[in-house]
Amino acid sequence: MDDLASAPDRGGPAQPLLTLTGLVKHFPLKGGLFGRTRAVVRAVDGVSFAVAKGETLGIVGESGCGKSTTARLLMRLIDPDAGSMIFNGEPVGESEQAGGIALRDYRRQVQMVFQDSYASLNPRLPIEESIAFGPRVHGLPAAEAVQRARELLAAVGLAPESFARRYPHELSGGQRQRVNIARALALRPRLVILDEPVSALDKSVEAQVLNLLVDLKEGFGLTYVFISHDLNVVQYISDRVLVMYLGEVVEMGPVEAIYDRAAHPYTRALLDSRPSMDPARRRTRPPLTGDPPNPVNPPSGCRFRTRCPSAEEVCAARKPRMAALGGGHVAACHMADPGSGHSRAGAALEAAA
Amino acid sequence: MSAALDQPAARPAAAARPLVRVRDLHVTFATRERTVHAVNGVDLDLAAGEVLCILGESGSGKSVTMRALMRLLPRFARISGAIEVAGRDVAAMNERELADFRGGEVAMIFQEPMTALDPVFTIGRQIAETVQRHEGASRQAAEARALELLELVQIPSAKRRLAAYPHELSGGLRQRAMIAVALACRPKLLLADEPTTALDATVQIQVLLLLRELQRELGMGVIFVTHDLGVAGEIADRVAVMYAGRVVEEGPVGALMAAPLHPYPQGLLGATVHPGMRGRRLTTIPGAPPLLDVVAPGCAFPPRCPHAEEACLAAVPAMRSPAPGRRARCLRVPDGDVS
Repeated sequence: MDDLASAPDRGGPAQPLLTLTGLVKHFPLKGGLFGRTRAVVRAVDGVSFAVAKGETLGIVGESGCGKSTTARLLMRLIDPDAGSMIFNGEPVGESEQAGGIALRDYRRQVQMVFQDSYASLNPRLPIEESIAFGPRVHGLPAAEAVQRARELLAAVGLAPESFARRYPHELSGGQRQRVNIARALALRPRLVILDEPVSALDKSVEAQVLNLLVDLKEGFGLTYVFISHDLNVVQYISDRVLVMYLGEVVEMGPVEAIYDRAAHPYTRALLDSRPSMDPARRRTRPPLTGDPPNPVNPPSGCRFRTRCPSAEEVCAARKPRMAALGGGHVAACHMADPGSGHSRAGAALEAAA
Repeated sequence: MSAALDQPAARPAAAARPLVRVRDLHVTFATRERTVHAVNGVDLDLAAGEVLCILGESGSGKSVTMRALMRLLPRFARISGAIEVAGRDVAAMNERELADFRGGEVAMIFQEPMTALDPVFTIGRQIAETVQRHEGASRQAAEARALELLELVQIPSAKRRLAAYPHELSGGLRQRAMIAVALACRPKLLLADEPTTALDATVQIQVLLLLRELQRELGMGVIFVTHDLGVAGEIADRVAVMYAGRVVEEGPVGALMAAPLHPYPQGLLGATVHPGMRGRRLTTIPGAPPLLDVVAPGCAFPPRCPHAEEACLAAVPAMRSPAPGRRARCLRVPDGDVS
């Protein structure tokens, strides 16, 4: 694999590219005299999902829901406390003798683009060097790495002859984000994790970058995990959408199912919170009151119950299970689960059908 | 689109004097390395009790325009033009008058409440201090007023929250507390600089609805700066779109959002992802906004404009008004309504 070609596929299209099971990440809050752990932030608390080959999976949620921690776990920038990750049929981080994939090889096939385009580039390197850095570390000869960097600059719409030797501060925010995308592609990854990639950009530039992401996915045969708080952007770019609340997945399904037939009351509230561009359709009442609670002490049972208009006793007593609504659409709500004991159990099922 | 919203009658008509009147405002920032022409000839009017959104991208001059209204710009900023707020000439005020004016007749709220609130004083004390300073109220009366204000901005268990420090509140509550401080002296004009941009979706809509309710109840004029078309759609009566330091289009929110006249807001609307655009290619505005080191002698948009002609570069197009209440700086807009 010295030429850093794209890695071969295994298992065919039916096997997910990445499968996560029961992923947990807690951050201890230290304090006091001996730096004892006072509390635990349950940033990601038992998250399971799969990313199919060639799809774009959107992840939405508000601050503190664990979407960025999930991204960092996916990239293995941090280690999970529990749970397993299987990439292309191979357990991540286990020895090759045991049929696993080493982290070094995994990180070559999974790359990430961050929100802050400036902080994620070395300010002292011309951008072509930043892009060529990864391939060189992974053993590509310097001249070839630079050649690849220039091809990628062209692919992201920055003419190499005028941009290759520039430094990050000489570029606009949109151009810098293009460089970050080019760099993410330099190792020929199969999966790209995009953590709020357009959130810091002006609207006119955001559209350019979204179009570019669509083109590159097609051209390079990529799979995306696209994390954003902007529900319109996620709807535009995703095939499937996953909604997170306080460290847990509350709903997941094909983009049409989530946006047209959301079963979880949180998803519905999130969608209803989008400002409408039509002043004739202004709301008078917010869909939810209050802020999301602190992930240090999440509520018992269903974590959304403290803000949910339909909460009942069963919601505090028992954690809802993931109820299947058909067509890969699942929701963790007692109302979506006919046997849950909630007075409106099954109502969501009818609505979704 | 409801017709009622498109009528300029929505604003209190026949107000003899607008609450805010800005004419030919120019702001340049000159440092040793470079000179930036941030605002290049802005005219604005705001009626009492009206909500105007200034919409623009970063570097369009929207925040600088707003800060000029309160003379909150750094000392090296060169400001020219006429600024009148509530009938008073802001440029002519001395420091003492300015201190009374800020927080009294005009108040401002910001994107990041932690920079506007003092971390070492409780919320209650900060509100009471403003009331004591501007209205000469007793400490007791001021504290009673602080409680009223926290209830007004719908902070739950307001009495307990009076004793809270800013860091003890969640983002949404902090934003409400900052609004309470701003409203402490019943300002006639509220300036809002992207106050909901940093908030989560479910909290943003709460704060927008609260601001709209307060504005109506208190009859304040509001100038609301934002880059988000959706936010403007939720809160504005009228919208002014800025590009490269100039207002390029202005009009009632419904009409402007439904059919903008100027190619820049047209492009912006096309480039903003709406629900139901899946699978379609997004229209984009090519290129990036201009650097403002030099002022273009003509329209600043031609390098990105699909309709640019030579005439566009010759002189800054005058505001043309094809219909009552609507104006745009573009040569392609017919000048029907002579007003």
